[in-house]
Amino acid sequence: MTRAKQSPQRRLAHFLRNWSLPRQVRGADHRSSAARSEMSEALRPRFEQAEMVGTSVCPFCAVGCSTRLYVRNGQLINVEGNPDSPVNQGTLCPKGAALLSVHTAPSRLKKVKYRAPFSTEWEEKPLDWAMDRIAALTKKTRDETFVRTLPDGTIVNHTLGVASLGGATLDNEENYLIKKIFGGGLGMVWIENQARVCHSNSVPGLGAAYGRGAATMAQWDLANSDCILVMGSNMAEAHPIAFRFVMQAKERGAKLIHVDPRFTRTSALADIHAPIRTGTDIAFLGGIIRYLLENDLWFRDYALAYTNLATIIEKDFRSPSEDPSNLFSGWNDRKKSYDQESWQYVGFTIPSALAEHYIDTAESFSELTSRLHDHPPREDPTLQHPMCVYQILRRHYAPYTPEMVEQVTGCPKEVFVSIAQALAENSGREKTGAICYAVGWNHHTTGVQMIRAGGLVQSLLGNIGRPGGGILALRGHCSIQGSTDIPTLYNMLPSYLPQPNAFKPQARHYDQFLDDETIPTGWWHNFPKYMTSLLRAWYGDAVGPQNEWGYQWLPKLVGDHSQLAMTLAMNDGLIKGLFLLGQNVVVGGSNSRMVQRGLAQLDWLVVRDTETVESASFWQKGHLVRDGEMRPEEIGTEIFLMPAELAGEKEGSFTNTHRLVQWHDKVIDGPGDSRSELWFMYHLGQRLKALYADSSDEQDEPIRNLTLDYPIRNARGDIEAESVLREISGYTWPQREQLSSFQALKDDGSTACGSWIYCGAFPENDRNQTRRRNADGPDGPGTHLDWAFAWPANRRTLYNRASADPEGRPWSEAKRLIWWDGEEESWDGNDAIDFPPDKAPNYRPDWSKKPEGMEAIRGDEPFIMMPDGRAHIYSPSGLKDGPLPTHYEPVESPGGNLLYPEQRENPVAKKFEREINPLHAPGDPAYPHVLTTYRLTEHHCAGTPTRATPSTAELQPEGFAEIPPQLAREIGVSNLDWITIATARGAVETRALVTERLHPLRLDGRQVYQIGMPWHFGWEGEATGDIANMLTAAIGDPNTSMHENKSLTCAIRAGRLTERRPE
Amino acid sequence: MSFDLPRTRESVQGDAIEPGRAYGFFTDTTLCIGCKACEVACKEWNQLPAEQEAMSGMSYDNTRELSATTWRHVAFVEQMDGAAGNADPRWLMMSDVCKHCDPAPCLEACPTGAIFRTEFDSVVVQQDVCNGCGYCVPACPFGVVDVDEVDGKAHKCTLCYDRLKGGREPACAQVCPTDSIQFGPLDELIDRAHERTRALHDRGETDAYLYGVPDSPGATGGIEKLNAFFLLCDRPEIYNLPAAPTLPSRRIAPAFGASLAAFAGLAIAAAALLGGGRR
Repeated sequence: MTRAKQSPQRRLAHFLRNWSLPRQVRGADHRSSAARSEMSEALRPRFEQAEMVGTSVCPFCAVGCSTRLYVRNGQLINVEGNPDSPVNQGTLCPKGAALLSVHTAPSRLKKVKYRAPFSTEWEEKPLDWAMDRIAALTKKTRDETFVRTLPDGTIVNHTLGVASLGGATLDNEENYLIKKIFGGGLGMVWIENQARVCHSNSVPGLGAAYGRGAATMAQWDLANSDCILVMGSNMAEAHPIAFRFVMQAKERGAKLIHVDPRFTRTSALADIHAPIRTGTDIAFLGGIIRYLLENDLWFRDYALAYTNLATIIEKDFRSPSEDPSNLFSGWNDRKKSYDQESWQYVGFTIPSALAEHYIDTAESFSELTSRLHDHPPREDPTLQHPMCVYQILRRHYAPYTPEMVEQVTGCPKEVFVSIAQALAENSGREKTGAICYAVGWNHHTTGVQMIRAGGLVQSLLGNIGRPGGGILALRGHCSIQGSTDIPTLYNMLPSYLPQPNAFKPQARHYDQFLDDETIPTGWWHNFPKYMTSLLRAWYGDAVGPQNEWGYQWLPKLVGDHSQLAMTLAMNDGLIKGLFLLGQNVVVGGSNSRMVQRGLAQLDWLVVRDTETVESASFWQKGHLVRDGEMRPEEIGTEIFLMPAELAGEKEGSFTNTHRLVQWHDKVIDGPGDSRSELWFMYHLGQRLKALYADSSDEQDEPIRNLTLDYPIRNARGDIEAESVLREISGYTWPQREQLSSFQALKDDGSTACGSWIYCGAFPENDRNQTRRRNADGPDGPGTHLDWAFAWPANRRTLYNRASADPEGRPWSEAKRLIWWDGEEESWDGNDAIDFPPDKAPNYRPDWSKKPEGMEAIRGDEPFIMMPDGRAHIYSPSGLKDGPLPTHYEPVESPGGNLLYPEQRENPVAKKFEREINPLHAPGDPAYPHVLTTYRLTEHHCAGTPTRATPSTAELQPEGFAEIPPQLAREIGVSNLDWITIATARGAVETRALVTERLHPLRLDGRQVYQIGMPWHFGWEGEATGDIANMLTAAIGDPNTSMHENKSLTCAIRAGRLTERRPE
Repeated sequence: MSFDLPRTRESVQGDAIEPGRAYGFFTDTTLCIGCKACEVACKEWNQLPAEQEAMSGMSYDNTRELSATTWRHVAFVEQMDGAAGNADPRWLMMSDVCKHCDPAPCLEACPTGAIFRTEFDSVVVQQDVCNGCGYCVPACPFGVVDVDEVDGKAHKCTLCYDRLKGGREPACAQVCPTDSIQFGPLDELIDRAHERTRALHDRGETDAYLYGVPDSPGATGGIEKLNAFFLLCDRPEIYNLPAAPTLPSRRIAPAFGASLAAFAGLAIAAAALLGGGRR
């Protein structure tokens, strides 16, 4: 809008010249140019002024919307959704729509801000000074805390004194360098990112079922669904652009179902909304499974052929529904964990397809698994055998009746049954259904099993690997999938290879490690090729058979090094230095007081972000200071707050929620001294290499030998991001000829590959497949194979062999995707085939020859990552809390477990019980209400940068909690009044948004109130509010250490924190 | 320009924006997810300042109303108790905008010719002509036009006049994740909207009706059509839209009549009260 002031004379002259009346009186049509002023005549759109238009990817959620950035004189003048992209088709959500303001916000960091220990203020520092100081501190802390061997002589080669957190907002190339330099170079094991507290449950949840811990379908494929169940997700709000395809399906007649504790913007668009009590999803899904089985509504031809439904399990197996203890068989009360022997297929030990293939066994693990070469698992295709999975499943879910579902979840039985019927009616040969879930299935101590339960439903209904069918894990950060694939996560190496653990005796030597972790049958048989190629990529010519390929240089784990454990380790003084790379842990981390105390214990802290975040200013404005616990002068943490760059200011690739690896170009420079994490890691790495250059110490060999030779492309010192992607994708060694596929990888050191599942992303030196931008036209197949690159091998629908029947014919004409071409003797279709391309449907292994790897997988077994080629309805190994999803109450919930009275909660849930992390007893009358935390469409995660960006801040300008009117009346508050919510961890004050959308539920004959609080808010930026995570606890899923912030209990009262309740 | 202008959705569809043809918005509220991307995209494109106010407490609507600096406004109506005869709970969402009325009351009231009808049949306040007299403000039956406190001029949605000249749809329509906001040639939009209403009726969603197409609610009182029209599922007032908007020139006579009626009513009531008192 033009707001320039002009002189009265000029304005009058202009007015007379432009006054349309004389022209109109002369008879000109008022719609013609008669009334048009000079300004209107001259008006042209701003984008026409652009000198350059670049293509980028939105840096917020994991949908992966493509953007166009318009630049004039080195400045952004416009940002829009890219109409060519099949992901967003020109659209954006409010956060993405604000990108121009996000990039150009006056509040953006431009210089390094430094806070000396015990100081009360920030100082501005030169970038070089900060980099030198950080490198020196990193070396000092590492050297002081480095452990070469454990007392028993086990080599661990690690430091527990330095930690790194963050990566889900960063490029794959950046995550790669973080893991490589911090892990492979310095021996850090505390390397974590948002994925841990966002979607880590998805990896075992989906991986244990299908083989890969990732969404099975593309977002755009939702448009082909006949029924979409959104559960554990508020999709319309958190992933509006993915919801575009849900709406397209709905317009084509698909049924949309939303199961959620709250009535949200997603519920508003759904055909059916089923309210459930938070944390009772397995009771609901178990009810669906029972309904499908008892009414024979499952897709028999699919499930019998492609799942382990007929497989026979050890006779000693008992499920919690059968055993009076309400535990699975194998409970070890001394260790408080399960022995998994009785869970196995009869006569076998089945390794999990998850990163950690190895499980503890009494006999040699590799010897046990080697029996997989001998014969296929025993089956009873008639499903009559009492120990076949089908019969076990029926017994296990027998108690999950519609009446029980209603009692446990609070969802009326009729609504539940209508959903079960809708799912069944929209599956089978002619139809497919999809499930979309997000963190609502993740943030629980039973989260992995919730996702498993969803997978189980889809396996029974035959919805995996087919058009419009599948499970779409909706992730929350632009590259949270990428930072899981190329993990800045402690327990994995790139592409789901396990980080070695010191306490696995077999893992002491590389050959033993390979022996144990290599699965004899199925695709994972290739494990040694991937592992050795990774070590070659990291350490180059310095490694070979003579030094176990550098295996000993990899830091070994000694426990749980996840984010929650990291918070405790900071409090304990174990961690001395922390890198926070784009993760605002004070707002986003569970038990924020514990987080803030931990940060205050550190010697030094590096925070890299685009705005001043709470995690950097906790010493100034945080709860420790607010509550008088510590003064800034008492906080000794030395802090570097460094300006970071956004996508578009740097180049690299993000991996979106459906495994689509999309390149974003560098279009402009970031403001001031802002730099990419790629720049930061490279230059920090080079400084550290220089500091260690003269060392002859054995423990410094990894950093000295780490390969770090990427060309510098400009005066700012940016390195070529594509050179990092080339290494990730893989090449021959030492010729560095790019490889087109992971099938070319070798275990003899002749190939180097940073992340095998990304192999082929850069198949030739000048061919960056992630930068392809050719979508299918309206008449194309709609798999968009020339738009970016999807791992693995550009496959858009995982397990798509299952889109054809066992003989290789599409299940129906309506649901064609790939098929066997008998004449050509190969698979053909609209997607890259997720199966050996020339393996005929009638291929059968010759068991007399002890087949290995893929030789042991039949031509009609689509789940190639699994040792038996089948989807696992029953998971014999890999999960710590049982082979079948079982309803356990949240650790904090208002009452007992109606399904399993003897075992209220997940028996193996991780409870980080400390004085600073107290938990409420079940049904504690002091904390009678259910508390759930969530996000809004208007803000991004911990509020960076949407709370600081005016055009998004104004949309949700303050923190609040949603409470039902009945509860508001009980505590005497009206809409917008202040309320105080408390748990044993802390208390927050916020505004009450009184709404019937959060209606009370009946539980066990009494009324239960659910309170919802968005967790975006903090004290920085324009839209502020108290931190919801002050209320939450460090409690963990046993498999992943995922927190349970969706289901807690709390107290609530009227008034602000400082107002005392009348006695 | 030294670059290839990116293909737009219009050009992909072979549907260029032609001067001399009437364009508008069809806002289908049954597709709205209340994300407010339209509000943000509008402000970003038109460089409108944000208004940092406290939360409103009116559901998720913190924008409150259209103003000189807010040209798209998403209204939220919670009907959780099955209001308006609906069995199922509803949360209605609707992105409001200038209606670009035909004929336009604001244009009729503008004494300077600042408000004019463009070659795309949209109604635009020309900032270089507007003298800030504010006559257009009360003339608008929808409360859309507003005089800005900073520059003292009238402002409202321009249907992205500049973008249309450059062959591109308005920013709000492009950004809309679910195509609740559809931009296009008016005749095509009206046909599509009728078809959509029929489809919704066939599906059992019989509440759906159009507001602002010729001979419908919203196209009343001398206003023949709203070039930005809506598909609604409840009475217009529920969405804060007038049941029967009127051109100002038509308002004088009826208003006079209404005053007379009101006067008569008051007199009768007073007589009744007085009569009662005597009893």
